[in-house]
Amino acid sequence: MVIAKTVDGEIGIMPQHAPVLGVLVEGGVLRVKREGEGELVAAVHGGFISVADDEVSVLAEVAELGSEVDIAAARDALDRAQASIEANQEDADAAVEAQRARARLRAAGEEV
Amino acid sequence: MGAQLRLLRRRINSVRSTAKITRAQELIASSRIVRAQQRMQAALPYEREITRAVTGVVSNAASVDHPLTVAKDNPARAGVLIVTSDSGFCGGFNANVLREAEALRGLLEGRGLAVTPFVTGRKGVTWHSFRNRDMGGSWVGFSRKPSYADAKEIAAMLIESFKDENGIDEIHIVSTEFVSMLSQNVVVKRILPLEVEETEATESTTIPPYFEFEPTAGDVLESLLPRYVESRIFTALLQSAASEEAARRRAMKSATDNANELMRVLTQQMNQARQAEITQEISEIVGGANALADAAAGKE
Repeated sequence: MVIAKTVDGEIGIMPQHAPVLGVLVEGGVLRVKREGEGELVAAVHGGFISVADDEVSVLAEVAELGSEVDIAAARDALDRAQASIEANQEDADAAVEAQRARARLRAAGEEV
Repeated sequence: MGAQLRLLRRRINSVRSTAKITRAQELIASSRIVRAQQRMQAALPYEREITRAVTGVVSNAASVDHPLTVAKDNPARAGVLIVTSDSGFCGGFNANVLREAEALRGLLEGRGLAVTPFVTGRKGVTWHSFRNRDMGGSWVGFSRKPSYADAKEIAAMLIESFKDENGIDEIHIVSTEFVSMLSQNVVVKRILPLEVEETEATESTTIPPYFEFEPTAGDVLESLLPRYVESRIFTALLQSAASEEAARRRAMKSATDNANELMRVLTQQMNQARQAEITQEISEIVGGANALADAAAGKE
């Protein structure tokens, strides 16, 4: 089962799902639940999910597997982004940065 | 030592050091082609999927009416994205691209369009600035190793000027396609307004599935199409990077071969000159000895 976050909300895809093409949110967490193996978690920033012919493909501009996330660096990025949000509420770049950092931490299994 | 001999020796030395440089460049280029090809391969799945997604949307939603897919009435201005390299030493690589770009320019102007060039690569940029041609945009510094962010930046600028009412009405791209190590072709493609390239697989084997869209077909298209343009530009940059290294390897190989041939000819000339010098010295000595002997014989 694949769980992703589209702009409409979370979507869970089971085998034999009808064809879907969705736009993913910035800073979302993608989970792939696999039989026998563990869960595959990735931080996905923007992009699309397309389901067709019993095949799920995720097209992301930037993606990172949870196991590969540098937790310290992500925390650092989050702190920096939050500091600049506090300094300037309108800072859209920093908001996106913070969202990305949170997604990376969540993908790595950290509490945010 | 004779002047001619010394001159030849100096030339041989200089040719030899040139050959060393070109040989090293050839080896560097060879190893870079492999890496450039790997990067090309790595980008393939994304491009394939995004093409499939775009085809899916277009074939599902019959009334696709997106600004990026609609040809404008009475186009007046055209943009041409010219992909060249940052560094030289790559034979006719840049000359081929620029020649093709000039041909396209002539063609577009023949249709009554004003042409604005957008250039990537230092060689193309200097070519244009030397001729005082105004550029709509120029990017340098990544021709060997383009990143997706570079393609994104270029695409953002092109899309923006395409959407602008008084901007550009159609955009073409002139770049080099990497066919194999030995053959690279300059290709001209129109990227905007978009023509979605239907892949053969979707046409022949399967009927495109009927998609549901999250949230709507229009919204999906709205964010999908710019990504598609980016992906097309990224592919062009990657192919051009691989072609550049292949062209450089070929140019450097023939330079090394030429230097070796030149060295052979010069060595022959040098040996000839040395032999001539020795022969002359011997005949001078013999002549001198004979003269002395004659003089001694005359006294007696």
